[in-house]
Amino acid sequence: MKPNNFNYVRAESVDHVLSCLAEHGENARILAGGQSLIAMMNFRLVEPAYLIDISGLDELKEIKTNGNSVEISAAVTQAKVIAAADVNEHLSLLVDALPNVGHFQTRAKGTFCGSIAHSDPSSEQPLCFAILGGEAVLKSNRGERVLAASEFQTGMLATAREDDELLTSVRLPKQNPSAGHAFEEITRRQGDFAIVAIAVIADGENIRIGVGGVAGKPEVRDWDGLADSDIDDALNALAWELGDNEDIHASAKYRRQMVRRVGRRVIEEARKCRS
Amino acid sequence: MPQLNQETKHKINFTLNGKAVSGYTEPRTLLSDFLRQEMALMGVHVSCEHGVCGSCTVQIDGKAVRSCLTFAVQVEGRAVDTVESLADENGELSDLQIAFRKHHGLQCGYCTPGILMSVEAFLEINPKPNEDEIREMLSGHICRCTGYTGMVKAIQDVVETR
Ligand SMILES: Cc1cc2nc3c(=O)[nH]c(=O)nc-3n(C[C@@H](O)[C@H](O)[C@H](O)COP(=O)(O)OP(=O)(O)OC[C@H]3O[C@@H](n4cnc5c(N)ncnc54)[C@H](O)[C@@H]3O)c2cc1C
Ligand code: FES
Ligand code: FES
Repeated sequence: MKPNNFNYVRAESVDHVLSCLAEHGENARILAGGQSLIAMMNFRLVEPAYLIDISGLDELKEIKTNGNSVEISAAVTQAKVIAAADVNEHLSLLVDALPNVGHFQTRAKGTFCGSIAHSDPSSEQPLCFAILGGEAVLKSNRGERVLAASEFQTGMLATAREDDELLTSVRLPKQNPSAGHAFEEITRRQGDFAIVAIAVIADGENIRIGVGGVAGKPEVRDWDGLADSDIDDALNALAWELGDNEDIHASAKYRRQMVRRVGRRVIEEARKCRS
Repeated sequence: MPQLNQETKHKINFTLNGKAVSGYTEPRTLLSDFLRQEMALMGVHVSCEHGVCGSCTVQIDGKAVRSCLTFAVQVEGRAVDTVESLADENGELSDLQIAFRKHHGLQCGYCTPGILMSVEAFLEINPKPNEDEIREMLSGHICRCTGYTGMVKAIQDVVETR
């Protein structure tokens, strides 16, 4: 299908974006990679009056390392994140998880921040953002806010972003090099959204586990000093806590079973990678 | 001009298959439709229009992307290449096209133009891919006819001979 009419704004700077958002906020959408937005517009699931295209803004195409964190700006594509030296050095979880986001052809355009802003519960990127304990940098003409992932992610396709705010970047703390991590997802085909996605960071005896694809948003738990014999019980309790979402892809029971089985496997894998 | 109003045709200038061109388009026109209807490039095939099937894949600034998930107004100043760019001016097929024919990498050919544009962009980044990498790249395309085996062979053939 074809999208409805809209006015197209080719952003010239971040300030230009912010003034357009201040004027048209609730009737406007930011166009980043368009890999979710244009598909939704083609289906007429969304019909914004204004599209503000940030994909050509060089000032939003940076990946920077400042002290303890790596900052990924809004127009950085997923392909660029996977290839970036800073990411390979400090955020190897992303290097494992992002090749599962869509395909070579969608990652060439789709942005990391666009996915965080879109907040699909089955997406790998909001899961990584949550488990790594990242921060969302939001700008508007009213000023700047920095929200922790847990404050930013409010539910299924929902975030704490206000209509006049641009997500200018996402900051991710560098992973502890001695901690191990692992990522695995269950999909029907390569490149599909995850039915269940699990990421684990194993730091010493502590386990941090994040689950995507089950609840309305990624859920993260810290299990510090949990005995090996208690892991299965903890996973079972978590599987039940995540609710009983069912859809065409999988039943609630299947998802619970995947949290238990895949969860166990990912924890073991992450523990093996500790140094 | 930073704002292009709806229901009005705007002039866009870009490079298409190596030549500077211009055309008129409304903001809502998808690049796929623009290339077919305004530029008469029927090698741009369209089927799902939501990014899943890959038949509309073209290159923008050398990257393989979905033309159904791009608005025509977005290619202002950029270089767009379609399958029509592969054969030379006498209609001689490229090595990749010849390999697809040789290895039965196509039957009806509907998915083929998008796949060829993906393969060319992919081999720029990864000139010596292994079979798994080739199949991962092909996962971005749906072919209802071939079962992909012939395509993999064709790509491997080109990788060896280039
Ligand atoms: C075939 C296919 C398969 C896919 N598979 C997966 C998958 O397996 N996993 C996955 O995670 N994704 C998948 N995706 C979606 C992924 O490709 C998108 O890139 C991603 O969801 C959104 O990023 P984008 O840059 O394309 O954002 P857009 O589509 O441009 O925008 C998405 C939404 O976020 C808003 N937005 C974007 N950037 C900002 C910003 N900086 N500030 C405020 N709001 C903003 C937009 O207004 C819009 O509402 C798939 C897409 C396709 C077409
Ligand atoms: S028509 Fe564009 S991906 Fe299917
Ligand atoms: S050759 Fe017919 S769809 Fe691929």
